[in-house]
Amino acid sequence: MADGALVRARDLTKTFGDFEAVRGIDLDVRPGEAFGFLGPNGAGKSSTMRMVSCVSPRTGGDLTVLGLDPNTQGPAIRARLGVVPQQDNLDNELTVRQNLHVYGRYFGLSKAHVRAKAVELLDFAQLADRADDEVEPLSGGMKRRLTIARSLINDPELLLLDEPTTGLDPQARHLLWDRLFRLRQEGVTLIITTHYMDEAEQLCDRLVVMDGGKIVAEGSPAELIAKYCSREVLELRFTTDKPDAAATEGLADRVEVLPDRLLLYTTDGEASLAAAHQRGIAPLSSLVRRGTLEDVFLHLTGRTLVD
Amino acid sequence: MTSTRARVPAAPAAIWLVVEGLWAWYRRNWRSSAVSSVVEPVLFLLALGLGFGSQIQPTAATGGLPYVQYLAPALVVASALQTAAFEATYPVLSAFKWKRTFIGVGSTPITAAQIALGQLLWIALRLVVSAVAFLVIAALLGAVSGVGVVGSLFAAVLAAMAFAAPVVAYSATLETEGQQFSAIFRFLVVPMTVFGGTFFPVDQLPAWVRPIVWVTPLWHGTELSRAAAFGTGEALAVLGHLAYLVALVVIGARLAVRTFARRLEV
Repeated sequence: MADGALVRARDLTKTFGDFEAVRGIDLDVRPGEAFGFLGPNGAGKSSTMRMVSCVSPRTGGDLTVLGLDPNTQGPAIRARLGVVPQQDNLDNELTVRQNLHVYGRYFGLSKAHVRAKAVELLDFAQLADRADDEVEPLSGGMKRRLTIARSLINDPELLLLDEPTTGLDPQARHLLWDRLFRLRQEGVTLIITTHYMDEAEQLCDRLVVMDGGKIVAEGSPAELIAKYCSREVLELRFTTDKPDAAATEGLADRVEVLPDRLLLYTTDGEASLAAAHQRGIAPLSSLVRRGTLEDVFLHLTGRTLVD
Repeated sequence: MTSTRARVPAAPAAIWLVVEGLWAWYRRNWRSSAVSSVVEPVLFLLALGLGFGSQIQPTAATGGLPYVQYLAPALVVASALQTAAFEATYPVLSAFKWKRTFIGVGSTPITAAQIALGQLLWIALRLVVSAVAFLVIAALLGAVSGVGVVGSLFAAVLAAMAFAAPVVAYSATLETEGQQFSAIFRFLVVPMTVFGGTFFPVDQLPAWVRPIVWVTPLWHGTELSRAAAFGTGEALAVLGHLAYLVALVVIGARLAVRTFARRLEV
């Protein structure tokens, strides 16, 4: 770990048959940071995560995790990682507590240590009052919290979360974010994949946007917004007589035409709105908002549906 | 194991931890499988051994023994094989596909090979327990002819594992349960049980059928088991049966290690 990176990838690739899931990416994840992977479905996020979590061998390139090579030292690396998979794989027929006990033992931890650690983690995940219930009837949010608690049983140095809050209600998401924030404060390095932009803005110090197996942008949320979007976005909504893009020429840095509205990327939304009114553009309604990661994301990966 | 710091368990410990994980589930859910792996063979022993057997005179074909004593050492092999066939199919696919518990274990220091071997060891231990339970009940019913039956226990577990190991390897390759498992039961397990020498000597079968019986692990296990129980084993034959069954276990285990790795490390 000469350069201090917990994860270091150079020209990392992964192919399944003819399909290139990851097409040569470079990464450096530094200790203590929360690092995010954004990207549409099929962008290669999960394949990358599986390589970093040392369950999926890389096809090409270099990869070190915690300074070790996953190809030769997978078990030793996995002993120091926490993994929250996209799809829960708890044992639904065991109790909440037993799930933690059984899993902890796989890390070579003593029964006494695992028992004590489980009590601590049940508190952390707010599951203490359900500790001796079976997992099956728990809500999605509770199962997710249990999966996160389970991933912490070995006091990992690096925690990998693959879409941790997909499918959860807002309360459950905020509770999870709060828990992840606390982990960060304790110095745990986080790597998160998500396609929720608010989640990325909340949690990540630095992130990469992946598309088609490649990294298309990299930086902090603020840097990405500054580089690929604009400080403000003016949304003009129309029903029928929507002006074409030419009519808005010069009003903003960039204009995007959508079926029901125009998006004007600009440094000063109110000024652009006033200028538009002066030109006689009369939208049904207008909205000035700040530029967001979602704008960056859509700009970089397009609005076309990927399935 | 008294560690308070996560580390990589040594290979034997790692395999044992997989057994421990499977045991944690079984401890809560043992009732239904105890019925099928102990109570069912006991019912067979009562109905066929004592009931139907009461109509059969001890002859050379039964080694001069009452039918129930002729049947018991073979029934322990057949029922172990049936239990093994079940344990090698649905629970294995489920751990990859539905419950996904093996996927979870794959994120720990435990390797795919250790998961495969732990799964096989677990099945073997399950078989030991149910075979012991069956033999104790059989002894109480007067169906056991002597202490040689301890050898039958070994033969039963070995033969059942000779069948289970390749099936475990196969189950790890499946994406969904179509008809594959029912086919295993219908076309392998049931014919083996009925014609594999459990209920009547194989030399009563037409000559062309016998070679088919000879490749089944059940027949080798049954021969071994009766040889042990009745003290009628010939060294060469016993070694031959042992070698065949051990070879199947080793090949099956190696295949399982490979298919588990292919399933988990993609």
